[in-house]
Order: sequence, then C-alpha cells, then structure tokens
Amino acid sequence: MNAFEYASPTSVDDAVSLLSDSWGETEVLAGGTDLLTLLKQGLTAPRLVVSLSNVKQLSGISKKGGSLEIGATTTLSELVANADVQEHFPALVTAANNIGSTQILNAGTVGGDLLQRPRCWYFRNGFGLFGTHDGEPLVPTGDNRYHAIFGNSGAAKFVNASSLAPGLIALGATLSVQGPGGAREVKASEFYSTPKSENDREYTLKPNEVLTGVSIPMQGLRNGTYEVRQRRGLDWPMVAASVAFEHGGGTVSDARIVLGHVAPVPWFAEKASKELGGKQPNDAALKSASEAAVADATPLSRNGYKVQQLRVAVRRAIEAALA
Amino acid sequence: MAKLAWPGPDRRKNIGARISRLDGPEKTTGTAKYSYDMNREGMLYAKLYQSPHAIAKVTAVDTSEAEAMPGVKGVYIEKDRRGEFPNITYAGDIICAIAATSEEIADEALTKVKVSYSDIGSPQMNDNDPSLISGRDQSKEQGDPDAGFGEADAVSEGTYGLACITHACLESHGQMAEFKDGELYVWPSTQNVSGYAGGLARAAELSADKIHVECQYMGGGFGSKFGADKWGSISTILSKQTAKPVKLMLERDQEHKVAGHRPSAFGTVKIGVKKDGTITAWDSDIWGSGGMGNFRMPPLPYVFTGLPNYRTLGRGIKVNRGAARAWRGPNHPQAALITMCALDDAAHAIGMDSLSFFKKNLHLTDRPEVYAEELDKAAEMIDWKGKWHPRGENTGGSMRSGLGLSIHTWGGGGGQSDCAVTINPDGSVVGRTGTQDLGTGTRTVQAIVLSDTLGLPVDKVRIEIGKNSLPASGASGGSTTVGGVSSSTRDAATQALNALLEKVAPDLGVEADKLEAWDGRIQEIGNPSKGMSWEQACSLLGGMAITKQGSKDTSDGTILTVSGVGGVGIADVTVDIETGMVTINEYAAVQDCGLIIDEKTCESQLYGGTIMGITYALYEETVYDPATGAMLNPDFEFYKIAGLADVGKIKVHLMRGPKYEDRGVVGIGEPAVISQGAAIANAVANAIGVRVPELPLTPDRVLDAISKGGVA
Repeated sequence: MNAFEYASPTSVDDAVSLLSDSWGETEVLAGGTDLLTLLKQGLTAPRLVVSLSNVKQLSGISKKGGSLEIGATTTLSELVANADVQEHFPALVTAANNIGSTQILNAGTVGGDLLQRPRCWYFRNGFGLFGTHDGEPLVPTGDNRYHAIFGNSGAAKFVNASSLAPGLIALGATLSVQGPGGAREVKASEFYSTPKSENDREYTLKPNEVLTGVSIPMQGLRNGTYEVRQRRGLDWPMVAASVAFEHGGGTVSDARIVLGHVAPVPWFAEKASKELGGKQPNDAALKSASEAAVADATPLSRNGYKVQQLRVAVRRAIEAALA
Repeated sequence: MAKLAWPGPDRRKNIGARISRLDGPEKTTGTAKYSYDMNREGMLYAKLYQSPHAIAKVTAVDTSEAEAMPGVKGVYIEKDRRGEFPNITYAGDIICAIAATSEEIADEALTKVKVSYSDIGSPQMNDNDPSLISGRDQSKEQGDPDAGFGEADAVSEGTYGLACITHACLESHGQMAEFKDGELYVWPSTQNVSGYAGGLARAAELSADKIHVECQYMGGGFGSKFGADKWGSISTILSKQTAKPVKLMLERDQEHKVAGHRPSAFGTVKIGVKKDGTITAWDSDIWGSGGMGNFRMPPLPYVFTGLPNYRTLGRGIKVNRGAARAWRGPNHPQAALITMCALDDAAHAIGMDSLSFFKKNLHLTDRPEVYAEELDKAAEMIDWKGKWHPRGENTGGSMRSGLGLSIHTWGGGGGQSDCAVTINPDGSVVGRTGTQDLGTGTRTVQAIVLSDTLGLPVDKVRIEIGKNSLPASGASGGSTTVGGVSSSTRDAATQALNALLEKVAPDLGVEADKLEAWDGRIQEIGNPSKGMSWEQACSLLGGMAITKQGSKDTSDGTILTVSGVGGVGIADVTVDIETGMVTINEYAAVQDCGLIIDEKTCESQLYGGTIMGITYALYEETVYDPATGAMLNPDFEFYKIAGLADVGKIKVHLMRGPKYEDRGVVGIGEPAVISQGAAIANAVANAIGVRVPELPLTPDRVLDAISKGGVA
C-alpha cells in the first residue's frame, strides 16, 4: 500500500471537489471491503482517498413518490433488513444475502457493491484489467473458469462482480450521480460499459463523480434472483440471474432478465426477456426463456459449464419471482 | 510402587474423560500470544521480494533506492552457497528482503527494488499429462497380475486423481527474532520447538545452545512447519545486521506460494473382480508432481495390501511451483482416493453393494476385525441400510443423493520425547517438555496424564511446553506427539511419585510399594483410611523438591505407545445435477484411537480432520496461469476453504473398550483427514451414476462428468 492523503468531507459537493478527473489519482472510500484490498495489493495507488463516511445524507432508505430511494452508503445489512425492500424487491434481498458474509454485509455498501472492481484473478494478481503479459493476452489460453461467456470477444474477459446490479437493472432502477457540473441521473441499464483500455473503469461514472443513490420504481413487479455459488459462506457466484416482470395470473409482461457474473457488464438477456413476455409462465415458457438466455453464449476454453448453470439460474430466478 | 503401565479403566479419572482444552480461555479471549503477536522494543518489520518469473536467472539486484528511503534499516539479498544469485524455478521464489521501521515502509521499499533477469523461460505447469513424465519409474509387483485378470468375471477401469493443494495454515509461517547479550531469541510458528534452533545456527553464527526458541501457541502447521526455513534465516540475518529485533511473517499470498504444497496424484487403475466380489488383480499407473522435487508414488494398493496379484507404476512430473512438503498424512489421502474409488468402481462393475464389497475383502487388510466393526458402526450412524441404492439408481429430479465410503490406516506411534516432572514440598506439580501444542491439545493431554498419575485433579498440575530450554521432545509430525509426550510424562510422573512414596512410607507405616496416589491422597492401596492428603505427603519432602526425568523409551522399558490404527468414513451427499453443486448432508467418521487420553480433543481431531477433508474434496486446488506460472488464487477468496455452512452434519465415533485401549496411546491427527476425499467422491458417483475422476469435485468437473456419462 502506498502512502496517501485522506479526506473525510461532510457534503457531496466537498467530496466531488476533492476528486481528480483522472482515474486512480483519487479513490472514493465507502465500506472499504473492495478498496482496502485494492490498496493493499497495490492495484490502485491514489494520492488521496476521499471517505464518504461523514456525508450523512448518502445513507438511508426512504419512499419518494412511487419509488424507493436508497442512499449510496446504505449498508447491505440495512438494505436487506428494510421492510419495503423485503416486501417489494426480493431479488435484491436474495442477491445481497447471497454475499454470504455478515461482516461484508455490515461494512459493505450499496454503492460499493455497484462500483466494485472485477474479481478476475488475472486483474487481482497484477496482470491488469485485460490480463496480459508482455502485451500477450493470458486469459484465452489461461485459466478462465470464472470468466465471461458473453461480451468476451474484445480484450475484456472478466465478469462484472456486482451482486445488486442485475436486480436493479431488471427492476428499472435509476442511479444518481453528482459531479462538478451538478447532479445527473442515469438508468441502471446504461450505467455499465466494457472498458476499452486498461485505464478505463467498468462503468460510465466519471472519475470526479460520486454515486449518490439508487431509485427503484415500486411498480409491483414480481422479481427474483438465483445465483449458483459453490460455497454457502462468502463466495462469488459462478453465474447469477435476476428477473422482474408483471404477472397478474395470466400472461407475463414487461419482463426483464439480467444476468450476472457472465460478462464484463451486467448482461441484459434481451432474447430471453422477449421469450418470456406474453406467455403463461409454465414449464415450456421457462424452458424457452432459459434456452434463449444462453443461445448466444460464447464460452472460453474452461468455462463452458457456466452455460448449463445459467440455464438453470434463469429458470430458478423466474420460479423464485413467481413463488 | 506405582506402575508405569497405563491404569485400567477403573483407575482412570482424567484419562479418557471429556476435558476441555486448557488453553481454550487464552485463545478465545485473545490473551494467547502467537508469533505475529510478539512485539519487541525497537523492532523492525521485514518483507520478502519474490520473483514474478517462474524460470529466470537473476543477474542483478539493486536495492539502493529502497535503502535510501527513510525508515529502511536492513537489506538481505538471497545468494546460493557459491555466492551467486539463485536460479529461479517458480513464480514466488525469494530474491531479497527489506527490514524497515513499519510494515508500510517495508512494503513501499519493495516497490523500489530493481531486479534484472536473464534467461526468462516458459514454465511447465501441467502436472496431469503423462507425456511430461521425467525421472525414474517406481514400480512394485506381487503375484501374477495377468493371470489374475484372466480369472476375473469383470474388469473395471477408471481414472482418478487429486490436485495440488497447500497447507493453508491460518497462522502463516514466520518468526520474531531478537539478539540480546550475544544470544538469539526467536518466537517462531513451528511444529518443532526442540529441533528448531539448529536451523538458525548458520544464519545467527551461534551454536544452537545460544539460540532460545519459544512457541506457546500455533495456528496450524499440518506438516509445513518443521524447519526454520529461509524466512527464519532472513529475519535472523536482518536482526543481526541491524542490531534490532525483526519480525518476518509471510503474507497470505506468500504462504500459498512458498510455504508448502501437497503433491498431486493422477492415474488409471484397472481391477479384476469376480462376481462374488473377490478381487483377482490390480494394475495402476500413477503420475503426479511434487513441484521441482521428487514425486513419491502413494502407497498402492492402499490398506488392501494383501491383494494377491498387483502391479503398480508411479512416475513424477516436474512442475514450476513451490516445493512440496509433508501434508497431514503424507500420501495417504492420495492413496485412499485412488484405491477406494477404484474399488468402489469394481463393486459397481459387478452390481454389488459397496459396503458388502469392502467388507468381503477386509481379509486383504492388516486389521479385518477392526475395519468390520468400524464399517458396521459408521453404516449404522449414516443409516446405510435405509439410504443405500445402487449407483445412479435414485429418484428423478435435479437433486440426487448418494452414499460413499472409504477406509484408511496410519502409524501414529509416539515420537521421541523427554519430560521432567517436579513435585514441590508445597504440593505443587509441574511437568516440563520441549514440545509444542499445534492446537491439537498437547498441553491438555500432558496435564491429564500427569494429574492422573499423581491422583490429582487436572487443575492441580501445571504444564510447561514450547521452549527449547525444556527437555527435548520430537517434532509434531506423523501423529507422533501424543504418544511421545504421554509416555514421557507418565514415566517422569511415575518416577517422581515413587520417590514421594518412599518419603511417605515410614510416616504411614506402610511399605512404599503398597502405597498409591488416588483422589488427592497418598494412601495404602484401596484403603483411604490409611493415608494422608497430597499436600501433607509433599510437606514431608522438607526443603527439597523431587524432579525426575522420563522419556518415551521409558525407564523400565514399559511400552506405553504403539503404532497402527484403522478408521473409516462414510459420506452422505446430495448433488444438484443441473448445476453440479455437491452438498454434504452427513459425514460419519469412525476411528480406532488406541488409548484415548482426552475424549474431547480426540473428537476435535476427527471434526477438524473431516472439515479439512471436505475442503480438499470439494474446494481446494492451487491454480496457476500456464503461460507465466503465476499462482492465480494465492488467497482465501478463490483458494476456497469450507465454512461451517458447507460441511453438513459431522458425526464422529471413537472405538473404545479394552481391545482398542489396552494397546496404548496412538496419535490420530493424520488418520482423521485421509478418507474424506474418497468417501465423498464415491458418494457423488453413487448419487449421479458416473465417476467424477478428479478432486476437488467442483461444479465444472461434476457437470463435465454428467454430460460425458449421459446421466438421465
């Protein structure tokens, strides 16, 4: 870990004013469950760390109009304990609880989950976001068992690690960010992007912006998440699926199926979503949706198993939403 | 006079009882000080610089920029005996070290070290390709295997294997070193307190008598902490160089890379079998890797050594990873996996219930009766009769359950140990041994033996261990500790007691050999009315304490510890055939333990061993990038360890009674961890109908086996 300056401003404006417009010069600290390991492993070496712990308005959950507003530094424990979240968004409760570590739920934040860096073991062991050595990519011929099966034709083959993003995208959530030019809103579905260079990050947030919160419309959508995880304790899913749809007993409408841990971004399964829409959610519909979800998968040398797991995750997520 | 032999069941108060480990309160409250907790005045922190390349020659090491940093106090550069930079043979090899006034400064200084390399090569990381074999063949043959296969009704052939894993000690390797008045004081994490100093003599430039070693608490070694190691020498050299105490503990990633590996083993086994379950022949071809070191073929066929006709071949593959070290039950988990899975497949080939098949062939083992009793017990514990179904023949749906079993053996006779017992005139008692408590309960076991020998409650005696100034005791490896220290303690305590009885005899008017220590008193044997309290008896010593030294090889030749135990394990699992996830429902561990000193810590060994066994069965493996040789999971995030939610219900049973206990004390650290891989692999095969050839049984491997095996 390098020596760095530390600031703990009390307002978002002050926090924003401290941030550099280049990635890596400054880092934002919330729960620290990811940033501290990145710092310790020398994967980031900022001159300044800006803590959000004293920006009190960023924490908490409240109803506003027809939406639930969740502050970016709300802890994952607070999220899963919230009665409205439990009632309306089981997809998020399942996803957060599946993180599997009470300590991380207590320390980790909603914003931190959405912004965490890839867990790719090439990245974490110093081979960069794209996993290269002497300019040669290591991942295609290396050990890619946990890597992407979608969106992996470019240099980026890692998977987005967020537990909550698939659920938030499925639920039509909007994220609020604040930068030097003021606040802006961005759809969760448009928040992530696949980096084009080693210096990019995995989202459209700018280096001098702070993610301030999440707004989820409370539309009465049925929703659910299913993750295939090897360990019951702290572990990363091999694949995850979150779904949300309108279903009053007849046919399904407004279906969104979003996949996690399968692509460099949370992966909107467009074909599968369409496949599920307009149908009675019976076995045949679930099967065709789950087949559609994996139809375009492009597994690497060692992660073909994820395709099968994903079929199952999609079906079980829909079943969870219907339950 | 008190006899050295272990007392009969009616004369055991503490031996064999359920006694909580004596250091539990210190450990749970955090007052127990481990090596990492040792802090000395003015100390420095040392950090290691490791090679990112797996194969290279180091041509220059420039530490000038690091040395110029404020707070950097010492530098060590690794050289071989010829004074040259060593050849790098794996990614993680140690090149140099920095000592600084804080961990952060040392870390930052490492980023300023400049190392030049030449001859950077491509590593060989594949340990499961028989075409890469190097080194000599290890082969063994008995009877006439070809004739045996000729007699067979069926020949079963399979592929089996298990990946390289590390020791994953929760406490990493390392030590605190301090020179004082020309002598060296070290606080290492070690399995070998009495034998540690010799390994530092060269680095310290001192004779071993001037090196003082202390290790009171240990966070696990599992066979990886016998020596002072390179990092022990480095912290010693840096301490000497800087004239400051130096702490050097490995970081987690370093621990995984440099501090020991369990060799892998893969191969094919062919078994000839008759319809009635008679095994007619065995032929195995095994390969694997101990890193750049030698590969030793696991002992095959395992346990069933009486197989009439067999042929085995073992061959090694050199791999550019850190060195292999003894891993709890060296080579036995590998041997058990290969043997028990191959036999289970043979049972399946003739359509025989696995339990019946194993029981039918127990005459081929060293202890048929023991295994038969244990298998019956384990089968009862797991409800084999109620749950068993032939392989793959279970109800539909995605969740498939299955049972699997394995049997194992180990030595476990006591290792060399000396103990000095002192009885003081005030009645206080202390037993001193230069042994170590790895977390297994050594301290507790010694206190139980000492107190029972003197007829006292456990809390009336004190045990001192963990220093090399105490009577020498062997390294804790091979499950030899409990047999060694219980023997030496019993010997010393009996001699000390007999000296006390001699003193007391005239006062009681009873001959010394008619006296006993029982229930806090010295009394005529079986006659509490003719006696005196322990304290009264000791007061007769006047000003002179009694100290007697005992040894594993006891003073009158009485043998208190023996070698050789058998144990069995049965696993009950459920496999989600859609996702490849394996869930442990229950695991039954049944173990012959010899004379049990402490039932509670003995059971703890079986619980701990089973958790460790489930971990290597389902999760653990070292993963390397094939191009660079870099370890990709030097952490506990992707180097996965079972948590409590992953291990299911563990049921343990210790075999008791004269047949088992009259033999003497046997260590069971290693047998506790041998069968899990095989039993779980067999249970998974039983559940899904096909063999998953290699451990760990990760979802990708399970799904692969299912798709190849055409599971419906």
